[in-house]
Amino acid sequence: MLDWMSDNRAAIAAIVIFALAIMFISSIFIGKKQAKLSAKDAVFGDPERTKGGWYWSVCGISALLLVWFYFSWGVGRAYFPNAANEMCQVAKLEEAISPIKAALPLESRYYKSTTLVARNSDQLMQLQSQMPTAAFSQNEQTELYALISETRRLMANSSNPANLSLDAQDQLQVLAQDLVGLSTRLAAGPQGISPSAEALAQPRWGTTHIEIPMLPITERGVLFDTITLDAQELAARFVKIRNNPSQNDALIVDIKNRIDALKIVTTSGKFDEDVTTARKAYLKAVERIFKRLDDGIIFPAQSLEGINTAIATLDSAKNDARGQLGTIEALFFPGDGIVKSRTQCTEQGSGRWLPKPTDVVATFWKLASPNTEADGGFKGIPLFWWKWLPVGDVVAMIMPDWIADILPGEYARHAADGTVTPNFKDKVLALAQGDVNLGAVPMFDGHVWDSMFRVLVALGLGIMFGVPLGIYMGVSKFFKSFFDPLIELYRPVPPLAWAPLILTIFGIQDDGKIFLLFMVAFAIMVISARTGASGTQLSKIRASHSLGATNGQILRNVILPNALPEILTGIRIAIGVCWGTLVAAEMLAGTTGVGFIENVARTVSDYELIWVTILIMGILGLAFDLIMRWVITKTIPWRGKG
Amino acid sequence: MANLICDNLCMTFTNPQTGGKVEALKDINFTLKKGELLAVLGPSGCGKTTLLNMIAGFINPTGGHITLGGDVIKSPGVERGMVFQQGALFEWLTVAKNVDFGLRMKSTDKQESAELVEKWLDIVGLQGFGDTPTYQLSGGMQQRVALARCLVNNPDVILMDEPLGALDALTREKMQSLVLDLWKETGKTIMIITHSVEEALLLGERLFVMAPRPGRIHKEYNLPFAERGLKESLREIKQDSHFADVREEILTMIWNMEEEIMGRA
Ligand SMILES: Nc1ncnc2c1ncn2[C@@H]1O[C@H](COP(=O)(O)OP(=O)(O)OP(=O)(O)O)[C@@H](O)[C@H]1O
Ligand SMILES: [Mg+2]
Repeated sequence: MLDWMSDNRAAIAAIVIFALAIMFISSIFIGKKQAKLSAKDAVFGDPERTKGGWYWSVCGISALLLVWFYFSWGVGRAYFPNAANEMCQVAKLEEAISPIKAALPLESRYYKSTTLVARNSDQLMQLQSQMPTAAFSQNEQTELYALISETRRLMANSSNPANLSLDAQDQLQVLAQDLVGLSTRLAAGPQGISPSAEALAQPRWGTTHIEIPMLPITERGVLFDTITLDAQELAARFVKIRNNPSQNDALIVDIKNRIDALKIVTTSGKFDEDVTTARKAYLKAVERIFKRLDDGIIFPAQSLEGINTAIATLDSAKNDARGQLGTIEALFFPGDGIVKSRTQCTEQGSGRWLPKPTDVVATFWKLASPNTEADGGFKGIPLFWWKWLPVGDVVAMIMPDWIADILPGEYARHAADGTVTPNFKDKVLALAQGDVNLGAVPMFDGHVWDSMFRVLVALGLGIMFGVPLGIYMGVSKFFKSFFDPLIELYRPVPPLAWAPLILTIFGIQDDGKIFLLFMVAFAIMVISARTGASGTQLSKIRASHSLGATNGQILRNVILPNALPEILTGIRIAIGVCWGTLVAAEMLAGTTGVGFIENVARTVSDYELIWVTILIMGILGLAFDLIMRWVITKTIPWRGKG
Repeated sequence: MANLICDNLCMTFTNPQTGGKVEALKDINFTLKKGELLAVLGPSGCGKTTLLNMIAGFINPTGGHITLGGDVIKSPGVERGMVFQQGALFEWLTVAKNVDFGLRMKSTDKQESAELVEKWLDIVGLQGFGDTPTYQLSGGMQQRVALARCLVNNPDVILMDEPLGALDALTREKMQSLVLDLWKETGKTIMIITHSVEEALLLGERLFVMAPRPGRIHKEYNLPFAERGLKESLREIKQDSHFADVREEILTMIWNMEEEIMGRA
């Protein structure tokens, strides 16, 4: 399936993109036509205006999908399946010459030598001005000033082209020539080289977990690959070249001895502790700069000019050799392109964190497969499926053991012949402990169901307790004033702030999460039922009084239905908030649920899985909301028309 | 005899925040015999609604008392039906369910209440609308539902607070005829508050013109037009010269009261 999709990716993508484009354009047309057809009314905010308009939804969704296709490099991958591999080879070359480039002003504005000279001069200047004069004698101070200026001389000697050793001169020259040689070979193009069988046997881009095949599968790729090998060697040679002018040899020994002499005096023990520490610190600072300068990494600027030009030439040769690959990259691979780091090439930018639509579908397919033996589902649990639930377990969960205990009589004793005959009391106990086989009923199962179950149970409990309390709070001073402070105190606290506490008290399994969600749903239901109840028109209540209704009847037949719109809106909000809180709670703890999947995916940076879970959450949230909207229009058609 | 008697009725509202007092009604005395139709007229804020609410039992007077057939009124009861200006229908129920609300609260037999609802919908001219949701009705139809809902309970007294205030002229006239017909057929005591002098003259067998600050009955009339309205067309009655005289007299009276209020304010 995946291979087939991979082989026909261009066609599939073409169909999908074409269909999306058609949908996008035609929905705009339909929308415009409809807007013309429907007469413009003068009243702003006529609720009828927001009815219908599916075409605008289609327009928005298809636009979003097209953007997704493009920015995830889905288009790029479909039409230029080899581009990633080639870009990887280019990236290899870039990485190979990066040690040389780092020393040149091509990427960092300055020669590395220039930067070193500037920085060390600054630091020497600072040392000079910050000398702890109290810690050193007059003579020593003079000596230190001398040492600092000697160190400066070291730098000056290294920077003077006249002092550059013949050996180093030679090496740099050869290297520059070799680099130019590489450019020439790149410009000559692939001549008679072809990809190896091993390379061609690699899995294609995006068909396995390792995204981009490393070995070159095109001629151009092979060219870059072979040149990379040589470039690596050149780079290794470059970093070994040292500039140690002969003028510095004696100077280095001299400075070293003089610093050592000062050190010996310092540790001779004739100073106080503070003075010793101050002297040691200062000498160490001087020595550090000196040591940095004695290993020959500063070159005269002119000496590197040749290399600089050679690398620039190589760069432009590289760009020429890339040919239209550069354009393709700029157009279809928005972001930072493909980068080589250590052992593999990776997509950078939106190509990395925004998975391709096809990959998302494949990941979802695998996740949705109920066949957990064949690697379906997640961690051995299906996404959304069903299973047989033993009725005995349910009975045992509802029925506490003490029911058996309070029955009259005694539990059975073993008889003289070594057998135990259970009596009625024993049988009841077995029932309460789930040891009786009562058959099984089909029941939903899986991560999604676990999440949904938690939300629905919490919501049910929230409605069951929240609505009556809210209604009473809406009509009674006692209920309002008694419960208001309690609810208003806990409600503003974000549910996740309660989570650590509640998960500790109720455990990380369903109980804790359900209770957490219950708290959320309860507060929302109380508030909405209360608003609805207290908004009942006085004339309606008076009319029902005159019609002979008792207080209880008014509560049930007038105030409750009157609060129904608010209650249903409350449920709609509560579902949304519960759903959001649940996912966050599942990320904190637990071993099932959609949030749990995302949490695992996060730790292994599996972006496809992360997006799949995000989409599942979004779609389920949307489904809940659509159901609630439907319920609202069905049950309270009078809303806004009273 | 189920006479409605107001005895030295006083109502003073106290603003809980400022402690300021408003004398909404002061020393109201009248007797409304069974079967009489009383219209109450007066400038805005003279305490008409307050009076009606007290008779309905929604609020209790601060002085004096009201009796119906000898019993002091302390709370709302089925024997005093109420029709509000905006109907106050239950929009989550159908027309029939609205009408039989009172019967359901009393757990009347289903069959019996269905027949009663049918009968009253017929009388108010809404036959066939039983299953319509009330929010789909026009204003006049909603007012008829409110009337039927009140009448199905068979109250002794019907109290109406500007029941036709929100209707257009034509619907209004039809409803006025309906009220007169109901009055004749059922023989109920009716007390109707209105802003329209014409309506008060047409419907009121008796008519109180109230004056504000403190709210009191300024003048009482006994009028023949309601009786005549049962036989003649209402439009003809309006052409009557006697009718026009009384109308002018009352209009001037109310006008002067309004002037006085403005002058004092
Ligand atoms: N609940 C209340 N609290 C305080 N004052 C009130 C209350 N209800 C009514 N009043 C006052 O009592 C007076 C009479 O009010 P009422 O509603 O009875 O007037 P009305 O005659 O029905 O006026 P309208 O014709 O405008 O309906 C007004 O001054 C009003 O401000
Ligand atoms: Mg009023």
